[in-house]
Amino acid sequence: MPFTIPKERWTAQVQTTTIGAPEADGGTRTSTVTVGGEQTLPFLHFEGETPNPPVIAIEVLDEAPTGWPEPLLKHYQEVLGDPAAWAQKAVAEFGADMICLRLVSANPDGTNASADDCAETIQSVLKAVGVPLIIWGCGDDDKDNEIMPFCSQAAAGERCVLGSATQDNYKTICASALADGHLIVNESPLDINIQKQVNILVTDMGMDLNDIIMYQITGALGYGVEYAYSILERTRLAALGGDKMLQMPMLSIVGSEAWRVKEAWQSEEEAPEWGPLDKRGIMWEVATASLFLHAGTDILVMWHPEAVARLHDLIAELIASPQA
Amino acid sequence: MFVIGERINGMFDDVKRAIQEHDPAPIQELARRQVAGGANALDINVGPASKDKLGTMQWLVEVSQEAVDVPLCLDTTNAEVMRAGLEACEGNAIINSTTGEEERMAAILPLAAEFNCPLIGLTIDAEGVPRDADGRMEIALRLVSACMEQGISISDLYIDAVILPVNALQQVPQEVLMTIRMCKALSDPPPNTIIGLSNVSQGTVYRELLNRTCLVMALANGLDAAIVDPLDDKLMEAAIAAEVLLNRNIYCDDFIKAYRK
Repeated sequence: MPFTIPKERWTAQVQTTTIGAPEADGGTRTSTVTVGGEQTLPFLHFEGETPNPPVIAIEVLDEAPTGWPEPLLKHYQEVLGDPAAWAQKAVAEFGADMICLRLVSANPDGTNASADDCAETIQSVLKAVGVPLIIWGCGDDDKDNEIMPFCSQAAAGERCVLGSATQDNYKTICASALADGHLIVNESPLDINIQKQVNILVTDMGMDLNDIIMYQITGALGYGVEYAYSILERTRLAALGGDKMLQMPMLSIVGSEAWRVKEAWQSEEEAPEWGPLDKRGIMWEVATASLFLHAGTDILVMWHPEAVARLHDLIAELIASPQA
Repeated sequence: MFVIGERINGMFDDVKRAIQEHDPAPIQELARRQVAGGANALDINVGPASKDKLGTMQWLVEVSQEAVDVPLCLDTTNAEVMRAGLEACEGNAIINSTTGEEERMAAILPLAAEFNCPLIGLTIDAEGVPRDADGRMEIALRLVSACMEQGISISDLYIDAVILPVNALQQVPQEVLMTIRMCKALSDPPPNTIIGLSNVSQGTVYRELLNRTCLVMALANGLDAAIVDPLDDKLMEAAIAAEVLLNRNIYCDDFIKAYRK
């Protein structure tokens, strides 16, 4: 008896969003990134199209990180503390589709860099690379509200993604994005209801639905990632079912989450049964990233070059798998 | 819930007057307001008083589609008027309606097949509206079979279990609710279910309260679509809340606003 694959009939699709502005659109980007547009769950080509493959942003910190394990450190050693060089290396050598620049130096508990310093960093990174940028604050609401208007202005017209708007803190970043022609990341603490609410709050301020990327704070493999998967999948199901307020492309932060867990960094002396340290973190990042890919993530923010290469291969393979 | 706005109907005085005066403005205003209120499609009914039903149907279709870009639900029992409306429609249309009578199905179903559009089937036959859910289901089954024979996708069939005024026939609403539930077991995929809501409150005092309560109950029983007055905010908000409670829409604090965006 012939077997017919049952097909789901979706009524809607994910929004298509382009990040980065080339010269013709008033920016200076030499490449742009288009994500979204999926008509079905990830890679089910027999049901609908996935017109834009997921992309990888490599994360660049604006100051040298502390506590990075050797397998990660060795790839970035000579560029730490120089975000422009770091970004350049990430694009030229590691094939990053985008750069996610995180302004950790602004943190008032750390270096406490000024808004001008951050703006200068952004300009240097914009000059160093032609790919689109995600610009993320330091995570301290008050400080981010102080620096973001300057950071946004420093990249005016480039159609960057500014991170991040939350339910309790969205007005400043939203106003900046609107003023300077950027997109924003709407962040939620692994809660689909709050994600939807943040999306409504920013659209109330005038943000276009096409200028929003959704981000759920997740964890890594082994640390409750199943729940994250289910939230991302449910969001995607709602999008395909026609919920306009959840149809934006999704972003997942993988690098910092994967390398935070002890399995990724604990030494071989401490944990000999876990195998070689120089493989573990990479595997953790690859496993976590591929899981989010299957949940529907459009933008992966990653760290390790080998993990990035594996994911690029995986994405190419999944996109090329038989179309019906 | 798929919302079909009921207001463009010659039964209403403002529409009747616009038809008589051949004035498109009030029709187009109603079309726009209903879509803004949440209508996914607009019912078009020339009303009982219209003399040139065919011409009026065409005119209503033409002026409505100038104003809005949603499917038009052509509401007539006359196959010729239906064809005229379908031919005038530039976008998607919905046929409203056939009954389960052989004669009516023979006249209307071929139009659904020819124009490839969804179809509303009333659970009425030569003997009228059945007393209970079982009688309604018999006719629903007849409609499903007839559609299958004509090659009409069952996902395009909307079964209307015919709600009647509660002040006259108080036992009917529960039979309708039961029919809505039972329809989902008729076929795979099952037909959609729909009600012409305002009928339930004809001639009663608290019309809006009865309408919205009935709608929420029907939604809880699995209703897919309804012909309603989308200008009734409380009705629309009750439906939106019901769909959140039924987990058909994702909750957020501003869920009303989210639905309306």
